[in-house]
Amino acid sequence: MQTLYLIVPLAPLLGALLAGLLGRLIGRRGAHSVTIALMIVAFGAALAVFRDVLDGNTFNGAVYTWLISGDVRFDIGFLIDRLSATMMVVVTFVSLMVHIYTIGYMADDPGYQRFFSYISLFTFAMLMLVMSNNFVQLFFGWEAVGLVSYLLIGFWYTRPTAIYANMKAFLVNRVGDFGFLLGIALVLAYTGSLDYATVFGKVDQLAGMNIEIFGGHAWSLVTVICILLFIGAMGKSAQFPLHVWLPDSMEGPTPISALIHAATMVTAGIFMVARMSPMFELSETALSFVIVIGAITALFMGLVAIVQNDIKRVVAYSTLSQLGYMTVALGASAYSAAIFHLATHAFFKAVLFLGAGSVIIAMHHEQDMRNMGGLRKYMPITYATMLIAALASAGVPGLSGFFSKDAIIEATRLSNLPGAGFAYFCVAACVFVTALYTFRLIFMTFHGKERFAVGNAHAAQGEHRDAHADAHAEHDHSHDHGHGHGGRPHESPSVVTLPLIALSIPAIAAGWLIGPVLFGNYFGDAIVVAPEHNGLAEFGKTFTGVLGMMTHALFTLPFWLSMAGIAVAWFLYIKRTDLPAVIAARFPLIYRILDKKYYFDEFNEWFFARGTRCLGQGLWRFGDVRVIDGFVVNGSAKLVGWMAGIIRHFQSGYIYHYAFTMIIGVLFLITLLFMQA
Amino acid sequence: MNALPLLSTVIWLPILAGIAVLFTGSDRNAGLARLLALVGAIAGFVVALPLWTGFDSSASGFQFVEREQWIQAFNVYYHLGIDGISLLLILLNCFTTVLVVIAGWKVIDSRVAQYMAAFLILSGLMNGVFCALDGLLFYVFFEATLIPMFIVIGVWGGPNRVYAALKFFLYTLMGSLLALIALIYLYLSSGGSFSFFDWYMLPIPFAAQVLVFLAFFLAFAVKVPMVPVHTWLPDAHVEAPTGGSVVLAAIMLKLGGYGFLRLSLPIVPDASQALSGFVIVLSLIAVVYIGLVALAQSDMKKLIAYSSISHMGFVTLGIFLFNSIAVEGAIIQMISHGFISAALFLCVGVLYDRMHSRQIADYGGVVNRMPVFASFFMLFAMANAGLPGTSGFVGEFMVIMGAAKVNFWYAFLAAATLILGAAYTLWMYKRVVFGAVANDHVAALDDLSARETLFMVVLAICVLFMGIYPAPFTEVLHVSVNDLLAHVAKSKLP
Repeated sequence: MQTLYLIVPLAPLLGALLAGLLGRLIGRRGAHSVTIALMIVAFGAALAVFRDVLDGNTFNGAVYTWLISGDVRFDIGFLIDRLSATMMVVVTFVSLMVHIYTIGYMADDPGYQRFFSYISLFTFAMLMLVMSNNFVQLFFGWEAVGLVSYLLIGFWYTRPTAIYANMKAFLVNRVGDFGFLLGIALVLAYTGSLDYATVFGKVDQLAGMNIEIFGGHAWSLVTVICILLFIGAMGKSAQFPLHVWLPDSMEGPTPISALIHAATMVTAGIFMVARMSPMFELSETALSFVIVIGAITALFMGLVAIVQNDIKRVVAYSTLSQLGYMTVALGASAYSAAIFHLATHAFFKAVLFLGAGSVIIAMHHEQDMRNMGGLRKYMPITYATMLIAALASAGVPGLSGFFSKDAIIEATRLSNLPGAGFAYFCVAACVFVTALYTFRLIFMTFHGKERFAVGNAHAAQGEHRDAHADAHAEHDHSHDHGHGHGGRPHESPSVVTLPLIALSIPAIAAGWLIGPVLFGNYFGDAIVVAPEHNGLAEFGKTFTGVLGMMTHALFTLPFWLSMAGIAVAWFLYIKRTDLPAVIAARFPLIYRILDKKYYFDEFNEWFFARGTRCLGQGLWRFGDVRVIDGFVVNGSAKLVGWMAGIIRHFQSGYIYHYAFTMIIGVLFLITLLFMQA
Repeated sequence: MNALPLLSTVIWLPILAGIAVLFTGSDRNAGLARLLALVGAIAGFVVALPLWTGFDSSASGFQFVEREQWIQAFNVYYHLGIDGISLLLILLNCFTTVLVVIAGWKVIDSRVAQYMAAFLILSGLMNGVFCALDGLLFYVFFEATLIPMFIVIGVWGGPNRVYAALKFFLYTLMGSLLALIALIYLYLSSGGSFSFFDWYMLPIPFAAQVLVFLAFFLAFAVKVPMVPVHTWLPDAHVEAPTGGSVVLAAIMLKLGGYGFLRLSLPIVPDASQALSGFVIVLSLIAVVYIGLVALAQSDMKKLIAYSSISHMGFVTLGIFLFNSIAVEGAIIQMISHGFISAALFLCVGVLYDRMHSRQIADYGGVVNRMPVFASFFMLFAMANAGLPGTSGFVGEFMVIMGAAKVNFWYAFLAAATLILGAAYTLWMYKRVVFGAVANDHVAALDDLSARETLFMVVLAICVLFMGIYPAPFTEVLHVSVNDLLAHVAKSKLP
């Protein structure tokens, strides 16, 4: 079994190395064959591990000793339990689908091998993260997925927007990591270990401890640690106010938007907090913090999605909002619901992204939904799968998203944390918002009038176009994804549609597992919930099975909010397409604020980016150049020079000067002698 | 004990090789000079290897000890020996010398013999510093290292090389002169001994300890360099030839950190403890202030020089936290910084050799022409930003962990490097490497030659190996660091 554990992450790593280092040698076909074959191996191994874990075999052990320092030992090791095994299956499955999809999507890209290398490398890093049994390896995986995300957002490196976005993503994540690393440092300082089992074993001792951060104010140590760790999660899982990088990350190719910026990497923060549940359970303050941040993210990012016109950005803001849901679940101590939503979201959001990618190919890299419409009849498979994902996302009973989201809403309603009331309002209101923006996307893209000009599609100002053109011009590749320019949009090739179909199956059905997963103690010891926080279990008492939950839903608020959202979307974007503009004109302030995404980017650019640069300039020019070098160093050199300049006059080199001085001196001495005598 | 005096070989072999290279004379024999230098450098590295294999990491005290009388009248001994700390630095030094010879192979075409000889001799002298157990011997080696570097910057440097070389020389000389006074004080108060061992046992009153500490501090702080005596470094780096920058960053700065560990802490522990807050504050200023200053740089070499100062802040911070993970972290950081700064300066050298500019603004879109170079540069940039899995992470991580044990705010400010380090490194990388081809000069660039690929690969392996499996490096340090901390914990007030 232990060999299998190793195979799961190492197979993608091997794939990444082969495709990356030998890319030119093995060619395009070789690169995708070898990485996909190894991904299949990883997925198979993950399934085998999953089955084994379901049989009750868990594992916690070291692979090798990374470092020993003093009396602390840092191991690289695996913790295989139901939590990590679930994540392993989700990650390898989505990754495999994205690998296959990439064959079609990136078909003509000059960086084909490099792309496969990156996504395999990403899968390795993500697996190391979820399989870790200690904080060091967690942090390694954490940063490594960040690195690959950086590389992939900037994949088309000639585009100024892409290389701006990837640096922004890395730096914003680093802000989160700053908190995360400090949290880890405090854990080590107070428990003497970074091994999960040891730390969680000592967590009760931490509970009573205080730490003085600001002189005189004793804060609960656990609260401080948990909030610091959560700041890490806010960076990686793009929670308000560290969410700013995720929409920009859409600069990357669409397959990675699906894999990294929707299904897997951004959920690392959710996973981490769930993993740390024994610690978070000890601090109500931290949980309140978590639930409020999650609620703000869910509602306010959802609202932004309503006014976006770029198809990928709608899905990106939708991802932010859904991540907010997961975070709310964490705050409400419904960790299993968070992971459950993580999994269902991974499936339906991957479909939405890959579907969006399929549309983008069909539209020749047009991403503006205002130039789409009526695509349903040209791309039936993409339409059907995206519709399924949209229904799941909107929480329509029967599909996966409904079950996981409803569980979160109910758990929030039943939570009695400070801030839970606000959170309940947000997540409930957001059901309406989610349905509205999701179906706005569906209606604008697939229904209504065809707003694209046939024969001219390629001339539209898609964001991809320039970079592609650059990259292609240079490598002399044609750019037609297997079909001619200017024709009518048509369905994507099967390497694209097959992953869509494969992913939409769990997007429909994964939710039906809600009974055993949420209420059957599925996660066992991996997740700890204090009895007084256990709103989810209370909800579980009323749970009468999948069908019961669906029928019951018909009498609850969220269901009707969701229906209302779809209805409004239908009314505005199919029935009265003139209305949205009227509404926007009627409420210009609100529209502007949403359109500008609450001015976060402007503020960050002005305050943090420019502020820091100016501070650096100022410190350098004043501190180093003027004070230290100008005044002290060159100043003392000048001082020495000045003194030497004065003293130099005594050494004029003229004999008569010296003779004159000597005579004066002799006279002086003689006078002195006589006076003494 | 070995039949061959290993440490003497490690010191004198490169020096003799350097002298031999000098004898090849003018540039007519440049090929011979290069070859001889390469042989000498490799031989220097090879003779250092038995130190690693023969080192007993469980034994306390110094190993491979040699002791001969040198100047009888003043009781000076030629006394050599190494512990785990010196071992790693010696190996790093010998390794870097080989790199530098290869890096200067084609680039240096005037006074080749002298250039190569300077580096070989420098390498031997620095080994001498790391081996010396006698105060005067240490001082002689410590000061002697200035001369070859002074010559390297002054002769093969850039347009402003004279200012830079003088600044470098005077700055460091000013620092170490006070250290000489401290050495003489210790010699007199120990009843006429220059032996480190005698000094380690010597009780010293507190006021005197403080003075000795400050004298040493000035010498070593200039070398490290610490804020505010750091401004010689950016100038020296900017003007120095690539090889000079590499050795300066990779090894010479470490003489300062090594001095703190070998002299300041064990000889005047009470003063070190009492003044640790002062050193820690300066170190944190280095991390944060210099990190910000690095952001403002428009010259690649200057930027990396400031980044070096910021990273060396972790070294002094770790040393003066006095717990084992932090001190070991500081030493690991020294080694890792040796690899990474060497790699980054070589990367800039690769660009400079082609474009003859270090200005970031002159570049842009290098990746389009030099994808292989861009990959290596990315790896080293990420290592500089402390990415886990590279050596850059290990030392910073350990020091931050150690800092959190002492004071939350120390850790907080130190961890700021996570953001600042990434900001200045990646922003530079973005402006130089990413983007569309910026101008005709960039469009004419050629990717790495075989020789350049060779040293990039070697350094990449080092950076990755140390990041993925740092255990062997810390293993040789444990006992030495524990001994050191035991010394520091013991008061030496009379």
